[in-house]
Amino acid sequence: MAEPMKIRATLQGDVADVRVLMAHPMETGQRKDAAGKIVPLHFIQSIGATLNGKPVFSADISQAISRNPVFAFKVKGARAGDTIAITWTDNKGETRTDQAVVRAAP
Amino acid sequence: MRRALVLALAAAPWLHAAAQAEDPVAAEFDKFRAVLEQDNPAELFEVKGEELWTKPRGPKNASLAACDLGLGPGVVKGAYAQLPRYFADVDRVMDAEARIVHCMITLQGYSYAELAKQPFSSLTRTPDPVSIATYVAAQSAGMKIAAPQAHPKERAAYAAGQEMFFYRAGPYDFSCASCHGVDDKRIRTQPLPNFTRPAQAVRAVQGWPGYRMTGGVMHTLQWRMNDCFRQQRFPEPGYASEMVSALLTYLTVNANGHEYRGPGIKR
Repeated sequence: MAEPMKIRATLQGDVADVRVLMAHPMETGQRKDAAGKIVPLHFIQSIGATLNGKPVFSADISQAISRNPVFAFKVKGARAGDTIAITWTDNKGETRTDQAVVRAAP
Repeated sequence: MRRALVLALAAAPWLHAAAQAEDPVAAEFDKFRAVLEQDNPAELFEVKGEELWTKPRGPKNASLAACDLGLGPGVVKGAYAQLPRYFADVDRVMDAEARIVHCMITLQGYSYAELAKQPFSSLTRTPDPVSIATYVAAQSAGMKIAAPQAHPKERAAYAAGQEMFFYRAGPYDFSCASCHGVDDKRIRTQPLPNFTRPAQAVRAVQGWPGYRMTGGVMHTLQWRMNDCFRQQRFPEPGYASEMVSALLTYLTVNANGHEYRGPGIKR
């Protein structure tokens, strides 16, 4: 069910500029469907990133984040060829991990 | 003769500046859009569309690898920028989505009725042709728009589309040109481009297919045309029909020569 993320990691000096696009409905639990019934809460609860398997950060997020969200962050000490992996877990227990290779800026 | 030329040259910079003069609100919107274009969720639909294009699917369990978008079977790169065009196998002009639907029917065995039942995106569902169109469009990013006009049917489609654009009817006595044939019109804060002006004509094509932030749905030009008909209180045009292709031929040919930037993002 969970669809792939789109990850871009570009090196600027020794800092990797990482941008992640996630595909998720991010339902707030306040929207009603055509039949007038509340659409149940369904959102990404936690996200985390690793560089070559070593955690760089993790965060708890809320249903206030938009549908198909974008996250951007910088990782110091990254080198070209390193692997960035991102994982998200939502409130239904669904999870998805995708990875990308850090590339030198074109 | 010589004098006329000098006058024309002198007038040109002023004309250029006038065409470029933009409403400050529109300029702010453009800035906002530029920031969002860096991470356009349309890319998620592009990835999905590529998968739908390459994987064997449908009753015939075939991929779309043999689909001819006008540049030969399976050629996707640059195809979107050269559509709508005439296709001899169906003896009509088709726009990108109409051609994708045609391929899904002939190659994969889907039925038109099935595809046309709910052809547009909603909060909970993105139809396959929408994702595929997004993928196909992305493969023409950075290319010049060049909808052909060599075949008589392509010229006939342009003429039909032009007539439709200016055709006033319905309870509001509206035409496409009521909103898009005059300068400085807007809906709420959105300035409306005047498609009869060469410099603005590209805005009918640019940014489509587009990811709409309101609701987070992916929309194509088929949807845009359908919704314009609805807003004019016209009868609903047939999905992927010749009429929509004709209107898109008119709008796209007018935008020929401009660079297509790929799938866009809308407020």
